[in-house]
Amino acid sequence: MVTVSGRLLGAPVKRVEDPRFVTGAARYVADIRLPGMLYVAFLRSPHASARIRRLDPSPARALPGVVAVLTGEDIAGLGDMPVNRVVEGMRVPPHPLLARDRVRAVGEPVAAVVAESAAVARDALDLIEVESEPGPAVVDPEEALKPEAPPVHPEFGTNVAYTFGREGGDVEGAFARADRVVRLRIAHSRIAAVAMEPRGALAVPDPATGELTVWISTQSVYNVRNALSAVLGEPDHRIRVIAPDVGGGFGSKGCAYREEVLTAYLARRLGRPVRVAAARNEDLLSTMQAREEVDYVEAAVSRDGRVLGLKVESIYNLGAFLQLSTPMPPLRTPVYCVGAYDIRNVRTRVTAVFTNTVPTGPYRGAGRPEAAFVAERLMDEVARELGLDPAEVRRRNFIRPDQFPYRTATGVVYDSGDYGRALDRALELVDYAGLRAEQARARARGELMGIGLATYIELSAQGWESGAVRVEPSGRVTVLTGSVPHGQGHETAWAQVVADQLGIPLENIRVRWGDTGAVPVGIGTFGSRSGALAGSALVVAAGKVKEKAIRIAAHLLEASPDDLVYEEGRVFVRGAPGRAVTLEQIARAAYSRAPAPGIEPGLEATAYFQAPHEGYSFGAYVAVVWVDPETGVVRLEKLVAVDDCGRVINPMLVEGQIHGGLAQGIGQALLERVAYDENGQLLTGSLVDYAVPRADDLPAFLVDRTETPGPGNPLGVKGVGEAGTIGAPPAIVNAVVDALAPLGVRHIDMPLFPERVLAAIRAARQRANA
Amino acid sequence: MADLHHIRITVNGTPYEATVESRRLLTDFLRHDLGLVGTHLGCEHGVCGACTVIMNGRTVRSCLLFAVQADGAEIMTVEGLARDSRFHPLQEAFWEKQGLQCGFCTPGMLMRAYEFLQENPNPTEDEVREAIAGNLCRCTGYQFIIEAIQAAAARMAGSAGVR
Repeated sequence: MVTVSGRLLGAPVKRVEDPRFVTGAARYVADIRLPGMLYVAFLRSPHASARIRRLDPSPARALPGVVAVLTGEDIAGLGDMPVNRVVEGMRVPPHPLLARDRVRAVGEPVAAVVAESAAVARDALDLIEVESEPGPAVVDPEEALKPEAPPVHPEFGTNVAYTFGREGGDVEGAFARADRVVRLRIAHSRIAAVAMEPRGALAVPDPATGELTVWISTQSVYNVRNALSAVLGEPDHRIRVIAPDVGGGFGSKGCAYREEVLTAYLARRLGRPVRVAAARNEDLLSTMQAREEVDYVEAAVSRDGRVLGLKVESIYNLGAFLQLSTPMPPLRTPVYCVGAYDIRNVRTRVTAVFTNTVPTGPYRGAGRPEAAFVAERLMDEVARELGLDPAEVRRRNFIRPDQFPYRTATGVVYDSGDYGRALDRALELVDYAGLRAEQARARARGELMGIGLATYIELSAQGWESGAVRVEPSGRVTVLTGSVPHGQGHETAWAQVVADQLGIPLENIRVRWGDTGAVPVGIGTFGSRSGALAGSALVVAAGKVKEKAIRIAAHLLEASPDDLVYEEGRVFVRGAPGRAVTLEQIARAAYSRAPAPGIEPGLEATAYFQAPHEGYSFGAYVAVVWVDPETGVVRLEKLVAVDDCGRVINPMLVEGQIHGGLAQGIGQALLERVAYDENGQLLTGSLVDYAVPRADDLPAFLVDRTETPGPGNPLGVKGVGEAGTIGAPPAIVNAVVDALAPLGVRHIDMPLFPERVLAAIRAARQRANA
Repeated sequence: MADLHHIRITVNGTPYEATVESRRLLTDFLRHDLGLVGTHLGCEHGVCGACTVIMNGRTVRSCLLFAVQADGAEIMTVEGLARDSRFHPLQEAFWEKQGLQCGFCTPGMLMRAYEFLQENPNPTEDEVREAIAGNLCRCTGYQFIIEAIQAAAARMAGSAGVR
């Protein structure tokens, strides 16, 4: 694919959206207030598993200010929430807007109160009378597989939702000729996205048009519209979904939730605007959680450190029911556990199970971090087993640059990469040899210093995205995008792309997004997709606009289109640059009463860009840690990230994405854990209990890039949004295990809380003394 | 309702009088009664810092205060940072260094930074890190926020008379 160029591509342009954010003028959904607005609050289950024997909302209905109270019975005619059935034959449990008869997780909504104020709505929740009969709950995914486990959905006769796997090459042959077999058990703890803005929506019926408008904090206005249409049974063209400024999402806002759909239903039913605003504790109780996977890894290894064969058996905790994309993340480890490595013989399988917990789903990385963690812990374990340097083991196993496009044994094709170059760069940045020498000195002093590596790949640019470029009669440009930015800076990035393509100043461009009433049908922003897909859609749309501009200019200049050149916002006759018309003049003509004969009036174009293949970003990370042997506290001294996301539209935005991902990756490795007790009670229901990294928890990051253009789109870009969350956890855990290696510690599961580290140190010492 | 209180509060230099319920949070008073929606609610339990405003010269979590507790107080919110439509150096620096992404934590972060630079006009990186550790940001990893605050400090030191 031909890649385009431009003056602004690669420039660290300051974000055009920022003035509103630094002045308090930004508009999030909770900032919109309408006359006559009602507030909805949800009664949520305190039990992880219970039968609802009696539910009496009448005392709540009697409270002054309460407008309506609904239970599951009242809305039995509405549909279930939609789910992506990504695996054939998967079991899909009921997912009504309010639980009926049974609750299957703490936090499940069982009744909704609508009132004239948020306070009255919450007051009324206490008046709803509920009698329920708690039953046994299952929380742990491996426990859920046992025959005696309580069934989450008895109608299925099993807690398994689906299994999925891949096989390629001669796995048994590889194990038969292996010099060593390396085994690992990895348990990824459950974590939460915790966008700073909790979920919320405002639904507004318009009696004049019959249209229903839903303002919502989301990453995908079209996913929300689809859900509303499916559940409420309303045609999609009468529903308008708008994302105003969105305070972070990280995957967790990629779909509608039942609270939001019910809010839209209530607005319709009551004929008034209705708002839902999740408090933080509700957000922690009801927004998709992530990552909870257990892996049994077995690798056939040659004595020189080559991984000949790999078997990975995984169990994934889906939670109690399925959000739209809950089934997606479990599919990653079976495919991407090979990581950046040329492993020819692979057999994988994941068993995805229901438990009495909040559903999991995509969160920044969406399965990629689990897969990379398997590959990267494996590389270190191979190195330890054979007494080789972990960098050297990686080099011996890398897919080489001349092997691209490379088909993995698990059946996907990596487009391009130079993994060795990224690793070399990272090692050079940290002075790897110097670090190892320092480590030797530290060990001689009895101190626990560790160095951890990780080289990752990042699946990006899946599917398609839309974009439109409209040259207004003034020559200024409105850009419409199917992407739904929520912190990524698309207003700036897309303006850069279009300014370059049309050769006009950045300030002449205005980017609109997140409104199904305004932008073309699109997919949304998640999965490291927008740069490659939404950006490229605008390249294509701008190309169509230029082509038409040339045809109009041909008429104005009385020249043949073949003799004309579009450059720097003007069209001129090749060889006679004085004979020119500007984009303003062309636009004026395009919308005049008598446009060029034979040419349709107007100057705008829409494009839907589908990449011919996915883009695989990659990178190499190095972490340096010190472990206090007395307390188990891990100090992350250094984190170096070398990322390659192809061509870069705006390096400042890219660096921001990397930083944010690193922080979340560090959080997963060291601080964050969603915990339930054995009865399925959520123990981390506030930000006091759930540790989002603070500024003083993090080191200064050192980030750098290599640039291997992506062949799959005209910008040459690949995704970058998830990089940090994929590379950081294994680098940090490898560093801690490296620090503790002299004691004989071989593995610790995340998060590396001091008590876990200390327990590992003590257990290793006991083994040594025994 | 019996539990109503008459309060007087000065916000960003403008005096207001209002009648509020006892349980009206200061955040809700600012956002809903005064329409100053730049102050955000991120957790409603005093941890995230998104609702940080300055009351009588010190930062407070407006989600942990009732409006009635601010009776007689002088309050500054993010809307009061720019003067005469000129950005405060902190706003300039946050823009220049990309000290924000989704922007939700930004108002609280700016308020804390404003207070901190008055206490310590020339902070080291570690001092800034510690100073803003009570304000959560999920997007940026804090590094550019820290750079922005240091850049603002330098700018403020260089131009006498800046608030």
